[in-house]
Amino acid sequence: MDNVIVELKDICVDFDGQRVVNKLNLTIHDNEFVTLLGPSGCGKTTTLRVIGGFVSPDEGDVFFEGKRINDVPPHKRMVNTVFQRYALFPHLNVYDNVAFGLKVQKLDKREIKSRVSEMLELVGLKGFEQRGIGQLSGGQQQRVAIARALVNRPKVLLLDEPLGALDLKLRKDMQIELKRIQQSTGITFIYVTHDQEEALTMSDTVVVMRDGVIQQVGTPQDIYNEPQNAFVADFIGESNILEGMMYKDFLVQFAGADFECVDKGFGRMERVQVVIRPEDIKIVPQIQGQLTGVIESVIFKGVHYEMVADGCGYKWLIHSTTAAEVGSVIGMRLDPEDIHIMKREEDAK
Amino acid sequence: MKAKSPAYPYLAWMIIFIVAPLLIVAYFAFTDKTGAFTLANISQAGQFSPVLLKSVYLAAIATVICLIIAYPLAYILSRTKVRTQRMLVMLVMLPMWMNFLLRTYAWMTILENNGILNRFFGLFGLGPFEMINTQGAVVLGMVYNYLPFMILPLYSIMEKIDGSVIEAAQDLGCSSMGVMRKVVLPLSVPGITSGITMVFVPAVSTFIISKMLGGGGNLLIGDIIDLQFLGLDYNPHLGSAISLVLMVLILLCMSIFNQFDNEEAVLL
Amino acid sequence: MKKLSKLYLGIVFFFLYAPILVLIVFSFNQSKSRSVWTGFTLDWYVKLFHNEVILNSLWTTLSIALIAGVVSTILGTAAAVGISSMRRGPRRLVINTTYLPIMNPEILTGVSLMLLFSFLAIPRGYLTLVIAHITFCVPYVILSVLPKLRQMDRFVYEAALDLGCSPRKAFFKAVVPQIMPGIMTGFLMALTYSIDDFVISYFVSGSSAQTLPITIYSMTRRRVSPEINALSTILFLAVLTVLLLINVKDAKIWKERRKKEAARL
Repeated sequence: MDNVIVELKDICVDFDGQRVVNKLNLTIHDNEFVTLLGPSGCGKTTTLRVIGGFVSPDEGDVFFEGKRINDVPPHKRMVNTVFQRYALFPHLNVYDNVAFGLKVQKLDKREIKSRVSEMLELVGLKGFEQRGIGQLSGGQQQRVAIARALVNRPKVLLLDEPLGALDLKLRKDMQIELKRIQQSTGITFIYVTHDQEEALTMSDTVVVMRDGVIQQVGTPQDIYNEPQNAFVADFIGESNILEGMMYKDFLVQFAGADFECVDKGFGRMERVQVVIRPEDIKIVPQIQGQLTGVIESVIFKGVHYEMVADGCGYKWLIHSTTAAEVGSVIGMRLDPEDIHIMKREEDAK
Repeated sequence: MKAKSPAYPYLAWMIIFIVAPLLIVAYFAFTDKTGAFTLANISQAGQFSPVLLKSVYLAAIATVICLIIAYPLAYILSRTKVRTQRMLVMLVMLPMWMNFLLRTYAWMTILENNGILNRFFGLFGLGPFEMINTQGAVVLGMVYNYLPFMILPLYSIMEKIDGSVIEAAQDLGCSSMGVMRKVVLPLSVPGITSGITMVFVPAVSTFIISKMLGGGGNLLIGDIIDLQFLGLDYNPHLGSAISLVLMVLILLCMSIFNQFDNEEAVLL
Repeated sequence: MKKLSKLYLGIVFFFLYAPILVLIVFSFNQSKSRSVWTGFTLDWYVKLFHNEVILNSLWTTLSIALIAGVVSTILGTAAAVGISSMRRGPRRLVINTTYLPIMNPEILTGVSLMLLFSFLAIPRGYLTLVIAHITFCVPYVILSVLPKLRQMDRFVYEAALDLGCSPRKAFFKAVVPQIMPGIMTGFLMALTYSIDDFVISYFVSGSSAQTLPITIYSMTRRRVSPEINALSTILFLAVLTVLLLINVKDAKIWKERRKKEAARL
């Protein structure tokens, strides 16, 4: 886990005069599951294609195991890609698709055969060797695409929104499957997605991007619990984001009240942004609450109720397993560790 | 609704003007002037087998040259930016919209003994070369007239090849030659087949190009047919027989070719 | 690599356009020579516009194209609708027969129609030209309308019936608008093929009616004046203008579509 395998240094990419990746620095370790996460157009796919060799950066360097590989063409790189829409070869059957890379390397026939069948077993497609690509379901095509890349035993596997075309149920299954494959093969995965839940479920490290710039790098827990700015907080799950002011260490004011918190290191009286996750707001009787609000709406979401409470100059989003009645007045409590303080976005820039 | 299909008028038209004429050709081919059955026309058509072979030979050469020129062009076209692509495809089609007589006429003025090319060579003290009225000129005329017919089907099939499939092949270790051989070529086989058909059929049956660029000495099978119907040799019975032979030959070529093509697609 | 492909494109396009360029340049040449430049003139254009034969045949070409285009579009669209509701066996038979004039060498179609007309004792002229042109145009209409019918949402027709249309009205109100692009493509193809056709017309025309390509053919045979170059130039510019107009219109549609998409985002 400590060996650096891929390193991006000050990468910039321009398309038609527009900067899609801006001064990007990223270090990826051996055996790591890294996810590049962000909305469409944030530069995550471009970053992946820089590593794969399909886009050459306008500035900056790409290192692979310490060697600069800017000028190495895709077919000579030790990485393989699972493409967004699979990009399977329509003229070849499942076996020949998976064997493609090995045949290009001119490996011994028997070795090809054993490696392909081993790989098809791993992705659960044994017995499908002779099927045409058109006869497969989306999920099966997905597995072929993964097998076709993995069979070459790349040091790094690049996955570009590989589950984007699948339905919800299948996507969940494949998330678990992919994680299992990554752990059993020990290959570094670099995974691109715009689905925050997917990123949190599978990754060792999440890289949140926006407008070609990295916003935050961290473990899923870090990213969720300690978002560095409002964009990350908002993108990773739903949240209440309020303007506030830091009196001093461990004491913050927002929504017209003072709260204890666990953050420090801000300037005295510094204006900050406060993030509160909807599930961290506890509903209590009105007199016990630090804040009060009137319930505006209640929607049943299966696991919990999603409620909006209007009070103290803000519409609070609350997730709770017990429902309050619409129109009722409630109290809200926040524990110090549920209050996340961030630098104001304008200042952070 | 059911009783009267809207296709009936066309069906009548089809039977009278597509099916019946072909049957009449067959009838003429097997009868003599008095209307009696005979095989004489067919056996007489056999005399022209050297001409037929020459037609096939020249058309085949022209088709191969078209394929060689068009294949890289279509590939380059299919991989350029969409906006440029549309313009370039338009440029490929534009000459097709000019009547082929005019295009062939243009080559006459270029290749003539005192034409532009020979005058150009003359500046360097070369020539004049005998370019018009040669087999080469006929092949050139075919290539020039039918090249777009090869480019367009190839282009339209290659344009459908997903860019990410090509990237996938590179990703899996193919050099650009490897990508060509292992992915682009097998995927473009249908385009190659229809391109070859679209060039070979008009080329083998042409009678204008050979007349204009080949002079009197390079008559092709089309010219012979023309002579039987509208020329001095007027003999529609013999003409029909030759036409029938030509049609059977083309159908035969195409079916053999299609079979070969299918096998190849499976092998690759 | 990039440079190499540009060079290649350049060479092929030079091959395609050089002869046309030569024609155009010599349409302005003073002398009759087709290879020596003696000076600029517009005489050939003036002569061209006083040439009765050419003007007549141009008129014949356009009128035949229009008649053949309209008739074959109606005939072909109706045929496509009928064919698409046929059972598999007859449908394949009809479609394969329809392919015959497209697949067969043109010379065969021409010769066979010529024999038919002499068999039926119809004198070759305007009428035979019109019939022949309709015959080779209909397949193109059918083949461009059929796919549109296949892609069409059949429930729209049923919805129209459900909302009170008679089958006839439902067809014109619900089906025709959906297959309109195919019909238009077919019509344009018919026009183009009709205007451009030489081989088939050559066999079915008589001295009473000649289309422009036939006139051009007799001009090239006689190897006469650069009027033919002037004619080529005009035709080329006409085609170029039409294509450019289509292109500009397409580009506008594209631009608007992109704008709309951008607005939606």
